[in-house]
Amino acid sequence: MVSEIEIESIAKLADIDLARDEVAGFTREFNAILEYFDALDQVSGEETLTPELTNVFREDEPGGCLPQEDVLANAGSTEDGFVKAPRVM
Amino acid sequence: MTVIIGLEIHVQLNTATKLFCSCSTDYRDDPPNTHCCPVCLGLPGALPRLNRKAVEYGLKVAKALNMEVPEESEFARKNYFYPDLPKAFQITQYDKPLSIRGVLEIEDDEGHEKLVRITRAHLEEDPGRLVHKGGGDRARYSLVDYNRSGIPLLEIVTEPDLRSPQEARRFLGRLRATLEYLGVFDGDKEGSLRVDANISIKGYERVEVKNISSYKGVEKALTFEVTRQRNLIRRGQPVTVRETRHFQEGRGVTTASRSKEEEHDYRYFPEPDLRPLSVAGWVEEIELPELPVARKNRFVEQYGISLNHARTLTGDLKIAEFFEKIASVDPVLAATWTADTLLGELNYRSMSIAAVPPGHFAGLLKLLKEDTITDKAAVQVLRTMLDSCAAGNECEQPAAIVEREGLARATGVDFAAIVRTVIAGNPQAVEDYRAGKKGALNFLVGQVMRETRGRADPRELGELVAACIETTEG
Ligand SMILES: [Zn+2]
Repeated sequence: MVSEIEIESIAKLADIDLARDEVAGFTREFNAILEYFDALDQVSGEETLTPELTNVFREDEPGGCLPQEDVLANAGSTEDGFVKAPRVM
Repeated sequence: MTVIIGLEIHVQLNTATKLFCSCSTDYRDDPPNTHCCPVCLGLPGALPRLNRKAVEYGLKVAKALNMEVPEESEFARKNYFYPDLPKAFQITQYDKPLSIRGVLEIEDDEGHEKLVRITRAHLEEDPGRLVHKGGGDRARYSLVDYNRSGIPLLEIVTEPDLRSPQEARRFLGRLRATLEYLGVFDGDKEGSLRVDANISIKGYERVEVKNISSYKGVEKALTFEVTRQRNLIRRGQPVTVRETRHFQEGRGVTTASRSKEEEHDYRYFPEPDLRPLSVAGWVEEIELPELPVARKNRFVEQYGISLNHARTLTGDLKIAEFFEKIASVDPVLAATWTADTLLGELNYRSMSIAAVPPGHFAGLLKLLKEDTITDKAAVQVLRTMLDSCAAGNECEQPAAIVEREGLARATGVDFAAIVRTVIAGNPQAVEDYRAGKKGALNFLVGQVMRETRGRADPRELGELVAACIETTEG
Protein backbone atom coordinates (compact mmCIF):
# COMPACT_ATOMS: atom_id res chain seq x y z
CA MET A 1 0.00 0.00 0.00
CA VAL A 2 1.20 3.45 -0.91
CA SER A 3 0.68 6.22 1.63
CA GLU A 4 -0.48 9.77 1.04
CA ILE A 5 3.00 11.01 1.95
CA GLU A 6 4.51 8.83 -0.76
CA ILE A 7 1.96 10.09 -3.28
CA GLU A 8 2.88 13.67 -2.47
CA SER A 9 6.57 13.01 -2.95
CA ILE A 10 5.98 11.08 -6.20
CA ALA A 11 3.89 13.97 -7.50
CA LYS A 12 6.68 16.38 -6.65
CA LEU A 13 9.27 14.25 -8.45
CA ALA A 14 6.99 13.94 -11.48
CA ASP A 15 6.49 17.71 -11.46
CA ILE A 16 2.72 17.33 -11.07
CA ASP A 17 0.87 19.91 -9.01
CA LEU A 18 -1.47 18.08 -6.67
CA ALA A 19 -3.91 20.13 -4.64
CA ARG A 20 -4.18 19.12 -1.00
CA ASP A 21 -7.72 17.77 -1.46
CA GLU A 22 -6.69 15.66 -4.49
CA VAL A 23 -4.15 13.59 -2.55
CA ALA A 24 -6.56 11.14 -0.96
CA GLY A 25 -8.27 10.38 -4.28
CA PHE A 26 -5.01 9.83 -6.10
CA THR A 27 -3.73 7.59 -3.31
CA ARG A 28 -6.85 5.43 -3.64
CA GLU A 29 -6.49 5.20 -7.43
CA PHE A 30 -2.76 4.56 -7.25
CA ASN A 31 -3.30 1.66 -4.88
CA ALA A 32 -6.08 0.29 -7.08
CA ILE A 33 -3.68 0.25 -10.05
CA LEU A 34 -1.03 -1.52 -7.99
CA GLU A 35 -3.64 -4.12 -7.06
CA TYR A 36 -4.31 -4.82 -10.74
CA PHE A 37 -0.61 -5.53 -11.17
CA ASP A 38 -0.64 -7.80 -8.14
CA ALA A 39 -3.49 -9.66 -9.79
CA LEU A 40 -1.56 -9.92 -13.06
CA ASP A 41 1.38 -11.38 -11.15
CA GLN A 42 -0.84 -14.29 -10.12
CA VAL A 43 -1.80 -15.20 -13.69
CA SER A 44 0.07 -18.13 -15.15
CA GLY A 45 0.40 -17.75 -18.89
CA GLU A 46 2.68 -18.59 -21.75
CA GLU A 47 6.20 -17.25 -21.76
CA THR A 48 6.16 -14.44 -24.29
CA LEU A 49 9.39 -12.65 -23.42
CA THR A 50 12.66 -14.01 -24.73
CA PRO A 51 14.97 -13.43 -21.79
CA GLU A 52 17.88 -14.93 -23.68
CA LEU A 53 17.70 -12.17 -26.29
CA THR A 54 20.72 -9.97 -25.62
CA ASN A 55 23.11 -7.84 -27.67
CA VAL A 56 20.75 -6.09 -30.06
CA PHE A 57 22.79 -3.57 -31.98
CA ARG A 58 22.80 -1.00 -34.73
CA GLU A 59 25.92 -0.39 -36.84
CA ASP A 60 27.70 2.94 -36.46
CA GLU A 61 26.52 4.37 -39.80
CA PRO A 62 25.09 7.88 -40.00
CA GLY A 63 21.52 8.22 -41.19
CA GLY A 64 19.14 11.08 -41.84
CA CYS A 65 18.18 13.72 -39.32
CA LEU A 66 15.25 16.10 -39.11
CA PRO A 67 15.47 19.60 -40.59
CA GLN A 68 15.83 22.29 -37.95
CA GLU A 69 12.29 23.60 -38.46
CA ASP A 70 10.89 20.14 -37.66
CA VAL A 71 13.13 19.80 -34.61
CA LEU A 72 11.82 23.10 -33.30
CA ALA A 73 8.21 22.53 -34.38
CA ASN A 74 7.03 21.47 -30.92
CA ALA A 75 9.05 24.00 -28.95
CA GLY A 76 7.02 26.60 -27.10
CA SER A 77 9.56 29.27 -27.84
CA THR A 78 12.75 29.49 -29.92
CA GLU A 79 15.58 31.89 -30.60
CA ASP A 80 18.27 31.66 -33.32
CA GLY A 81 17.64 27.94 -33.83
CA PHE A 82 17.74 27.17 -30.11
CA VAL A 83 14.89 26.05 -27.91
CA LYS A 84 14.19 28.77 -25.39
CA ALA A 85 13.75 27.47 -21.86
CA PRO A 86 13.36 28.91 -18.38
CA ARG A 87 16.70 29.94 -16.97
CA VAL A 88 18.64 27.08 -15.40
CA MET A 89 22.29 26.92 -14.51
CA MET B 1 46.44 17.22 6.50
CA THR B 2 45.97 14.42 4.00
CA VAL B 3 43.97 15.32 0.88
CA ILE B 4 41.63 12.68 -0.52
CA ILE B 5 40.39 12.98 -4.09
CA GLY B 6 38.21 10.75 -6.27
CA LEU B 7 37.16 11.60 -9.81
CA GLU B 8 34.20 10.98 -12.10
CA ILE B 9 35.23 11.52 -15.66
CA HIS B 10 32.84 11.82 -18.59
CA VAL B 11 34.58 10.92 -21.80
CA GLN B 12 33.06 11.42 -25.21
CA LEU B 13 33.53 8.29 -27.32
CA ASN B 14 34.58 9.10 -30.83
CA THR B 15 31.88 7.26 -32.80
CA ALA B 16 30.36 8.46 -36.06
CA THR B 17 26.78 8.32 -34.73
CA LYS B 18 25.04 8.88 -31.43
CA LEU B 19 24.57 6.17 -28.79
CA PHE B 20 20.95 5.28 -29.58
CA CYS B 21 20.23 6.80 -33.01
CA SER B 22 21.90 7.33 -36.38
CA CYS B 23 22.33 11.09 -36.04
CA SER B 24 25.87 12.12 -36.93
CA THR B 25 28.12 13.23 -34.06
CA ASP B 26 30.04 15.55 -36.37
CA TYR B 27 28.16 18.76 -35.59
CA ARG B 28 31.06 20.97 -34.63
CA ASP B 29 30.44 23.92 -36.93
CA ASP B 30 26.78 23.25 -37.68
CA PRO B 31 23.81 25.34 -36.50
CA PRO B 32 22.00 24.21 -33.34
CA ASN B 33 19.33 21.50 -33.51
CA THR B 34 20.34 20.18 -36.93
CA HIS B 35 21.65 16.76 -35.79
CA CYS B 36 18.48 15.52 -34.16
CA CYS B 37 15.84 12.86 -34.75
CA PRO B 38 12.80 11.56 -32.85
CA VAL B 39 15.03 9.31 -30.69
CA CYS B 40 17.46 11.93 -29.41
CA LEU B 41 14.63 14.46 -29.07
CA GLY B 42 12.65 12.02 -26.95
CA LEU B 43 9.55 12.21 -29.14
CA PRO B 44 6.75 9.84 -28.10
CA GLY B 45 7.05 6.37 -29.57
CA ALA B 46 10.68 6.68 -30.62
CA LEU B 47 12.81 3.68 -29.63
CA PRO B 48 16.55 3.62 -28.89
CA ARG B 49 18.84 1.33 -30.88
CA LEU B 50 22.27 0.71 -29.40
CA ASN B 51 25.42 1.62 -31.34
CA ARG B 52 27.70 -1.43 -31.47
CA LYS B 53 30.82 0.70 -31.91
CA ALA B 54 30.16 2.54 -28.63
CA VAL B 55 30.07 -0.80 -26.80
CA GLU B 56 33.29 -1.90 -28.51
CA TYR B 57 35.00 1.36 -27.56
CA GLY B 58 33.81 1.04 -23.98
CA LEU B 59 35.23 -2.48 -23.80
CA LYS B 60 38.53 -1.32 -25.29
CA VAL B 61 38.87 1.19 -22.48
CA ALA B 62 37.81 -1.45 -19.96
CA LYS B 63 40.56 -3.77 -21.17
CA ALA B 64 43.18 -1.01 -21.17
CA LEU B 65 42.25 -0.16 -17.57
CA ASN B 66 42.49 -3.83 -16.56
CA MET B 67 38.80 -3.95 -15.69
CA GLU B 68 36.44 -6.86 -15.24
CA VAL B 69 33.53 -7.10 -17.66
CA PRO B 70 30.57 -8.80 -15.97
CA GLU B 71 28.65 -11.50 -17.86
CA GLU B 72 25.60 -9.26 -18.04
CA SER B 73 25.13 -5.53 -18.04
CA GLU B 74 22.10 -3.39 -18.74
CA PHE B 75 20.89 0.15 -19.26
CA ALA B 76 18.75 2.06 -16.79
CA ARG B 77 16.67 5.20 -16.75
CA LYS B 78 17.76 8.05 -14.52
CA ASN B 79 14.75 10.30 -14.03
CA TYR B 80 14.95 14.04 -13.57
CA PHE B 81 13.63 17.23 -15.14
CA TYR B 82 15.98 19.57 -16.88
CA PRO B 83 15.66 21.46 -20.18
CA ASP B 84 18.69 19.71 -21.68
CA LEU B 85 17.06 16.31 -21.14
CA PRO B 86 14.14 16.03 -23.59
CA LYS B 87 12.87 12.63 -22.42
CA ALA B 88 12.99 13.73 -18.75
CA PHE B 89 15.24 10.72 -18.18
CA GLN B 90 18.77 9.87 -19.17
CA ILE B 91 19.61 6.41 -20.42
CA THR B 92 22.64 5.34 -18.40
CA GLN B 93 23.84 2.28 -16.53
CA TYR B 94 23.20 1.84 -12.85
CA ASP B 95 23.65 -1.40 -10.95
CA LYS B 96 24.87 -3.42 -13.94
CA PRO B 97 27.63 -1.33 -15.53
CA LEU B 98 29.67 -2.39 -18.54
CA SER B 99 32.84 -2.82 -16.50
CA ILE B 100 34.08 -2.76 -12.91
CA ARG B 101 37.26 -2.81 -10.80
CA GLY B 102 40.27 -1.68 -12.79
CA VAL B 103 43.55 0.18 -12.27
CA LEU B 104 45.59 2.83 -14.05
CA GLU B 105 49.28 3.36 -13.32
CA ILE B 106 50.49 6.90 -12.73
CA GLU B 107 53.41 8.62 -11.01
CA ASP B 108 52.82 10.03 -7.53
CA ASP B 109 54.23 13.37 -6.30
CA GLU B 110 57.61 11.74 -5.63
CA GLY B 111 57.77 10.24 -9.13
CA HIS B 112 57.09 6.69 -7.93
CA GLU B 113 54.73 4.37 -9.72
CA LYS B 114 51.29 4.24 -8.18
CA LEU B 115 48.15 2.33 -9.08
CA VAL B 116 44.89 4.26 -9.00
CA ARG B 117 41.85 2.01 -8.64
CA ILE B 118 38.96 2.45 -11.06
CA THR B 119 35.57 1.66 -9.55
CA ARG B 120 33.55 1.35 -12.73
CA ALA B 121 33.14 2.54 -16.30
CA HIS B 122 29.71 2.66 -17.86
CA LEU B 123 27.98 3.90 -21.01
CA GLU B 124 25.45 6.70 -21.04
CA GLU B 125 24.00 9.35 -23.32
CA ASP B 126 24.97 13.00 -23.11
CA PRO B 127 22.19 15.54 -22.50
CA GLY B 128 21.86 18.57 -24.77
CA ARG B 129 23.90 21.73 -24.44
CA LEU B 130 22.74 24.84 -22.60
CA VAL B 131 23.80 28.25 -23.84
CA HIS B 132 23.49 31.46 -21.87
CA LYS B 133 23.68 34.68 -23.80
CA GLY B 134 25.69 37.42 -22.18
CA GLY B 135 27.24 34.99 -19.71
CA GLY B 136 25.63 32.58 -17.26
CA ASP B 137 25.12 35.05 -14.44
CA ARG B 138 23.07 37.59 -16.32
CA ALA B 139 21.04 35.55 -18.82
CA ARG B 140 17.30 35.68 -18.22
CA TYR B 141 16.63 32.37 -19.96
CA SER B 142 18.48 29.28 -21.19
CA LEU B 143 18.88 28.27 -24.83
CA VAL B 144 19.03 24.57 -25.64
CA ASP B 145 20.82 22.82 -28.49
CA TYR B 146 20.06 19.10 -28.82
CA ASN B 147 22.88 18.34 -31.28
CA ARG B 148 24.82 16.91 -28.35
CA SER B 149 21.82 15.02 -26.96
CA GLY B 150 22.58 11.30 -27.24
CA ILE B 151 26.34 11.57 -27.84
CA PRO B 152 27.94 8.44 -26.35
CA LEU B 153 29.78 8.99 -23.10
CA LEU B 154 31.83 6.65 -21.00
CA GLU B 155 31.67 7.62 -17.34
CA ILE B 156 34.78 6.49 -15.53
CA VAL B 157 34.73 6.58 -11.73
CA THR B 158 37.86 6.24 -9.59
CA GLU B 159 38.28 5.21 -5.99
CA PRO B 160 39.38 8.06 -3.67
CA ASP B 161 43.04 7.18 -4.30
CA LEU B 162 44.43 10.54 -5.40
CA ARG B 163 46.34 12.59 -2.82
CA SER B 164 46.92 16.00 -4.40
CA PRO B 165 45.57 18.23 -7.18
CA GLN B 166 48.82 17.61 -9.08
CA GLU B 167 48.31 13.87 -8.84
CA ALA B 168 44.75 14.30 -10.11
CA ARG B 169 46.06 16.22 -13.11
CA ARG B 170 48.65 13.53 -13.81
CA PHE B 171 45.96 10.87 -13.56
CA LEU B 172 43.80 12.69 -16.07
CA GLY B 173 46.80 13.26 -18.33
CA ARG B 174 47.56 9.54 -18.31
CA LEU B 175 43.90 8.62 -18.80
CA ARG B 176 43.55 11.06 -21.66
CA ALA B 177 46.70 9.72 -23.33
CA THR B 178 45.44 6.15 -22.89
CA LEU B 179 42.12 7.03 -24.53
CA GLU B 180 43.92 8.70 -27.42
CA TYR B 181 46.26 5.75 -27.90
CA LEU B 182 43.18 3.52 -28.03
CA GLY B 183 41.72 5.68 -30.79
CA VAL B 184 38.36 6.04 -29.03
CA PHE B 185 38.62 9.70 -28.09
CA ASP B 186 39.36 13.06 -29.67
CA GLY B 187 40.76 15.42 -27.04
CA ASP B 188 40.58 18.39 -29.41
CA LYS B 189 36.78 18.34 -29.37
CA GLU B 190 35.24 20.90 -27.06
CA GLY B 191 33.81 19.28 -23.94
CA SER B 192 35.15 15.83 -24.84
CA LEU B 193 36.42 15.29 -21.28
CA ARG B 194 34.48 16.63 -18.30
CA VAL B 195 35.25 16.00 -14.67
CA ASP B 196 33.44 16.01 -11.34
CA ALA B 197 35.67 15.61 -8.30
CA ASN B 198 35.04 14.48 -4.73
CA ILE B 199 37.52 16.09 -2.43
CA SER B 200 38.04 16.13 1.32
CA ILE B 201 40.66 16.65 3.96
CA LYS B 202 41.05 13.38 5.86
CA GLY B 203 38.73 13.30 8.87
CA TYR B 204 36.45 16.04 7.52
CA GLU B 205 33.39 16.29 5.28
CA ARG B 206 33.53 15.60 1.56
CA VAL B 207 32.70 18.19 -1.09
CA GLU B 208 31.74 17.51 -4.69
CA VAL B 209 33.11 19.92 -7.29
CA LYS B 210 31.20 19.87 -10.57
CA ASN B 211 31.58 21.53 -13.92
CA ILE B 212 35.31 21.10 -14.52
CA SER B 213 35.27 21.16 -18.29
CA SER B 214 38.92 20.81 -19.14
CA TYR B 215 41.66 18.62 -17.86
CA LYS B 216 43.83 21.65 -17.22
CA GLY B 217 41.06 23.11 -15.04
CA VAL B 218 41.19 20.15 -12.67
CA GLU B 219 44.38 21.13 -10.88
CA LYS B 220 43.17 24.73 -10.59
CA ALA B 221 39.74 23.79 -9.23
CA LEU B 222 41.14 21.27 -6.75
CA THR B 223 43.93 23.56 -5.56
CA PHE B 224 41.37 26.25 -4.84
CA GLU B 225 39.18 23.75 -3.02
CA VAL B 226 42.02 22.32 -0.88
CA THR B 227 42.98 25.84 0.23
CA ARG B 228 39.35 26.74 0.96
CA GLN B 229 38.77 23.62 3.07
CA ARG B 230 42.09 23.97 4.92
CA ASN B 231 41.27 27.57 5.79
CA LEU B 232 37.86 26.55 7.13
CA ILE B 233 39.44 23.86 9.28
CA ARG B 234 42.17 26.19 10.53
CA ARG B 235 39.57 28.73 11.58
CA GLY B 236 37.68 25.97 13.35
CA GLN B 237 34.69 26.25 11.02
CA PRO B 238 32.94 23.12 9.77
CA VAL B 239 33.13 22.00 6.14
CA THR B 240 29.50 21.84 4.97
CA VAL B 241 28.21 18.27 4.91
CA ARG B 242 28.20 16.72 1.40
CA GLU B 243 28.18 20.08 -0.30
CA THR B 244 28.05 20.42 -4.08
CA ARG B 245 30.09 23.27 -5.52
CA HIS B 246 30.53 24.54 -9.05
CA PHE B 247 33.88 25.40 -10.60
CA GLN B 248 33.87 28.81 -12.28
CA GLU B 249 36.54 28.29 -14.91
CA GLY B 250 37.03 31.96 -15.71
CA ARG B 251 37.52 33.06 -12.11
CA GLY B 252 39.32 29.92 -10.94
CA VAL B 253 37.07 29.53 -7.88
CA THR B 254 34.38 27.09 -6.70
CA THR B 255 31.04 28.40 -5.51
CA ALA B 256 28.29 26.69 -3.52
CA SER B 257 25.36 25.59 -5.65
CA ARG B 258 21.83 25.40 -4.37
CA SER B 259 21.00 21.73 -4.11
CA LYS B 260 17.40 20.61 -4.29
CA GLU B 261 16.66 17.96 -1.72
CA GLU B 262 15.00 15.62 -4.22
CA GLU B 263 17.86 16.01 -6.66
CA HIS B 264 19.29 12.63 -5.79
CA ASP B 265 16.04 10.73 -5.99
CA TYR B 266 16.52 9.58 -9.56
CA ARG B 267 14.28 6.50 -9.33
CA TYR B 268 16.52 4.37 -11.54
CA PHE B 269 14.91 1.39 -13.20
CA PRO B 270 16.00 -0.95 -16.02
CA GLU B 271 15.45 0.58 -19.47
CA PRO B 272 12.57 -1.45 -20.93
CA ASP B 273 13.35 -0.44 -24.53
CA LEU B 274 16.82 -2.00 -24.62
CA ARG B 275 17.89 -5.61 -24.24
CA PRO B 276 20.65 -6.46 -21.76
CA LEU B 277 24.23 -6.79 -22.92
CA SER B 278 26.26 -9.94 -22.72
CA VAL B 279 29.66 -8.94 -24.04
CA ALA B 280 32.23 -10.32 -21.58
CA GLY B 281 33.35 -12.70 -24.31
CA TRP B 282 34.34 -9.86 -26.62
CA VAL B 283 37.15 -8.69 -24.39
CA GLU B 284 39.49 -11.51 -25.32
CA GLU B 285 39.19 -10.61 -29.00
CA ILE B 286 40.22 -7.01 -28.48
CA GLU B 287 43.78 -6.27 -29.46
CA LEU B 288 45.18 -3.32 -27.58
CA PRO B 289 47.75 -1.00 -29.13
CA GLU B 290 50.90 -0.10 -27.21
CA LEU B 291 49.71 2.07 -24.31
CA PRO B 292 51.47 5.09 -22.73
CA VAL B 293 53.22 3.21 -19.90
CA ALA B 294 54.57 0.54 -22.26
CA ARG B 295 55.66 3.16 -24.76
CA LYS B 296 57.40 5.18 -22.04
CA ASN B 297 59.36 2.11 -20.94
CA ARG B 298 60.24 1.25 -24.54
CA PHE B 299 61.47 4.80 -25.19
CA VAL B 300 63.87 4.55 -22.25
CA GLU B 301 65.11 1.15 -23.36
CA GLN B 302 65.22 1.61 -27.14
CA TYR B 303 66.42 5.21 -27.36
CA GLY B 304 68.40 5.52 -24.13
CA ILE B 305 66.59 8.74 -23.19
CA SER B 306 65.80 9.83 -19.62
CA LEU B 307 62.67 8.63 -17.84
CA ASN B 308 61.50 12.23 -17.52
CA HIS B 309 61.81 12.86 -21.24
CA ALA B 310 60.13 9.55 -21.99
CA ARG B 311 57.20 10.52 -19.77
CA THR B 312 56.78 13.88 -21.44
CA LEU B 313 57.08 12.48 -24.95
CA THR B 314 54.59 9.65 -24.42
CA GLY B 315 52.05 11.82 -22.58
CA ASP B 316 50.42 12.67 -25.90
CA LEU B 317 50.03 10.29 -28.82
CA LYS B 318 50.89 12.89 -31.46
CA ILE B 319 54.06 13.91 -29.64
CA ALA B 320 55.12 10.29 -29.20
CA GLU B 321 54.65 9.65 -32.92
CA PHE B 322 56.46 12.85 -33.82
CA PHE B 323 59.43 11.85 -31.68
CA GLU B 324 59.67 8.43 -33.27
CA LYS B 325 59.91 10.07 -36.70
CA ILE B 326 62.86 12.27 -35.73
CA ALA B 327 64.67 10.05 -33.21
CA SER B 328 66.99 8.56 -35.83
CA VAL B 329 68.99 11.82 -36.08
CA ASP B 330 70.15 11.40 -32.49
CA PRO B 331 67.64 10.09 -29.93
CA VAL B 332 68.93 11.98 -26.90
CA LEU B 333 69.32 15.24 -28.80
CA ALA B 334 65.86 14.76 -30.32
CA ALA B 335 64.29 14.02 -26.92
CA THR B 336 65.93 17.02 -25.28
CA TRP B 337 64.97 19.46 -28.00
CA THR B 338 61.43 18.15 -28.34
CA ALA B 339 60.62 17.91 -24.63
CA ASP B 340 62.56 20.89 -23.31
CA THR B 341 62.28 23.41 -26.13
CA LEU B 342 59.80 22.57 -28.89
CA LEU B 343 56.84 21.81 -26.61
CA GLY B 344 57.31 25.07 -24.72
CA GLU B 345 57.54 27.08 -27.93
CA LEU B 346 54.39 25.38 -29.26
CA ASN B 347 52.56 26.02 -26.02
CA TYR B 348 53.56 29.68 -26.11
CA ARG B 349 52.08 29.95 -29.60
CA SER B 350 49.00 27.77 -28.81
CA MET B 351 50.13 25.58 -31.69
CA SER B 352 49.64 21.84 -32.07
CA ILE B 353 52.56 19.56 -32.84
CA ALA B 354 50.57 18.56 -35.94
CA ALA B 355 51.59 21.91 -37.47
CA VAL B 356 55.28 21.00 -37.38
CA PRO B 357 56.62 18.85 -40.23
CA PRO B 358 58.90 16.25 -38.59
CA GLY B 359 61.39 16.53 -41.48
CA HIS B 360 61.88 20.23 -40.77
CA PHE B 361 62.55 19.63 -37.08
CA ALA B 362 64.89 16.76 -37.95
CA GLY B 363 66.73 19.21 -40.22
CA LEU B 364 67.22 21.56 -37.28
CA LEU B 365 68.56 18.68 -35.16
CA LYS B 366 71.02 17.78 -37.92
CA LEU B 367 72.35 21.34 -37.99
CA LEU B 368 72.88 21.09 -34.24
CA LYS B 369 74.45 17.66 -34.39
CA GLU B 370 76.88 18.75 -37.11
CA ASP B 371 77.73 21.82 -35.02
CA THR B 372 76.65 24.10 -37.86
CA ILE B 373 74.72 26.26 -35.37
CA THR B 374 74.93 26.89 -31.63
CA ASP B 375 72.13 26.00 -29.20
CA LYS B 376 71.29 29.66 -28.96
CA ALA B 377 71.03 30.11 -32.71
CA ALA B 378 68.98 26.90 -32.91
CA VAL B 379 66.32 28.37 -30.63
CA GLN B 380 66.20 31.43 -32.87
CA VAL B 381 65.86 29.27 -35.99
CA LEU B 382 63.14 27.19 -34.32
CA ARG B 383 61.14 30.29 -33.41
CA THR B 384 61.39 31.72 -36.92
CA MET B 385 60.37 28.35 -38.35
CA LEU B 386 57.37 27.97 -36.03
CA ASP B 387 56.23 31.48 -36.83
CA SER B 388 56.34 30.60 -40.51
CA CYS B 389 54.31 27.39 -39.82
CA ALA B 390 51.79 29.34 -37.75
CA ALA B 391 51.32 31.92 -40.46
CA GLY B 392 49.69 29.15 -42.48
CA ASN B 393 52.37 29.25 -45.15
CA GLU B 394 54.63 26.39 -45.96
CA CYS B 395 57.03 25.96 -43.04
CA GLU B 396 60.42 27.40 -43.77
CA GLN B 397 63.36 24.99 -43.78
CA PRO B 398 65.80 25.52 -40.89
CA ALA B 399 68.81 25.46 -43.25
CA ALA B 400 67.21 28.23 -45.32
CA ILE B 401 66.64 30.33 -42.20
CA VAL B 402 70.27 29.85 -41.11
CA GLU B 403 71.44 30.87 -44.57
CA ARG B 404 69.17 33.91 -44.83
CA GLU B 405 69.82 35.25 -41.36
CA GLY B 406 73.51 34.36 -41.34
CA LEU B 407 73.21 32.28 -38.18
CA ALA B 408 75.81 29.64 -38.96
CA ARG B 409 78.31 29.14 -36.17
CA ALA B 410 81.43 31.15 -36.76
CA THR B 411 84.71 30.09 -35.19
CA GLY B 412 86.13 32.14 -32.38
CA VAL B 413 88.79 33.81 -34.52
CA ASP B 414 86.16 35.76 -36.43
CA PHE B 415 85.15 37.47 -33.22
CA ALA B 416 88.60 38.58 -32.14
CA ALA B 417 87.90 42.17 -33.18
CA ILE B 418 84.59 42.27 -31.30
CA VAL B 419 86.27 40.77 -28.24
CA ARG B 420 89.01 43.42 -28.34
CA THR B 421 86.42 46.21 -28.66
CA VAL B 422 84.39 44.85 -25.74
CA ILE B 423 87.50 44.54 -23.57
CA ALA B 424 88.61 48.06 -24.45
CA GLY B 425 85.10 49.40 -23.73
CA ASN B 426 84.72 47.77 -20.30
CA PRO B 427 87.89 48.45 -18.31
CA GLN B 428 86.12 48.07 -14.97
CA ALA B 429 84.92 44.55 -15.79
CA VAL B 430 88.39 43.62 -17.02
CA GLU B 431 89.88 44.87 -13.78
CA ASP B 432 87.27 42.94 -11.76
CA TYR B 433 88.15 39.79 -13.68
CA ARG B 434 91.83 40.28 -12.96
CA ALA B 435 90.90 40.73 -9.30
CA GLY B 436 89.41 37.22 -9.44
CA LYS B 437 85.72 37.98 -9.93
CA LYS B 438 84.32 35.17 -12.11
CA GLY B 439 81.08 37.08 -12.80
CA ALA B 440 83.00 39.74 -14.68
CA LEU B 441 83.97 37.23 -17.37
CA ASN B 442 80.34 36.21 -17.84
CA PHE B 443 79.45 39.85 -18.25
CA LEU B 444 82.08 40.37 -20.93
CA VAL B 445 81.09 37.17 -22.76
CA GLY B 446 77.48 38.36 -22.65
CA GLN B 447 78.51 41.61 -24.27
CA VAL B 448 80.29 39.75 -27.05
CA MET B 449 77.33 37.35 -27.48
CA ARG B 450 75.03 40.28 -27.95
CA GLU B 451 77.21 41.65 -30.72
CA THR B 452 77.42 38.26 -32.43
CA ARG B 453 73.73 37.32 -32.22
CA GLY B 454 74.40 33.92 -30.69
CA ARG B 455 76.54 32.61 -33.48
CA ALA B 456 79.37 31.58 -31.19
CA ASP B 457 79.57 29.00 -28.46
CA PRO B 458 79.65 30.83 -25.09
CA ARG B 459 82.30 28.52 -23.66
CA GLU B 460 84.56 29.09 -26.64
CA LEU B 461 84.01 32.82 -26.32
CA GLY B 462 84.84 32.67 -22.63
CA GLU B 463 88.21 31.13 -23.43
CA LEU B 464 88.80 33.71 -26.12
CA VAL B 465 87.95 36.64 -23.85
CA ALA B 466 90.14 35.24 -21.06
CA ALA B 467 93.06 34.71 -23.43
CA CYS B 468 92.61 38.18 -24.84
CA ILE B 469 92.68 39.78 -21.38
CA GLU B 470 95.86 37.82 -20.58
CA THR B 471 97.60 39.31 -23.62
CA THR B 472 96.34 42.83 -23.02
CA GLU B 473 98.34 45.21 -20.89
CA GLY B 474 96.80 45.48 -17.45
ZN1 LIG C 1 19.03 11.30 -33.18
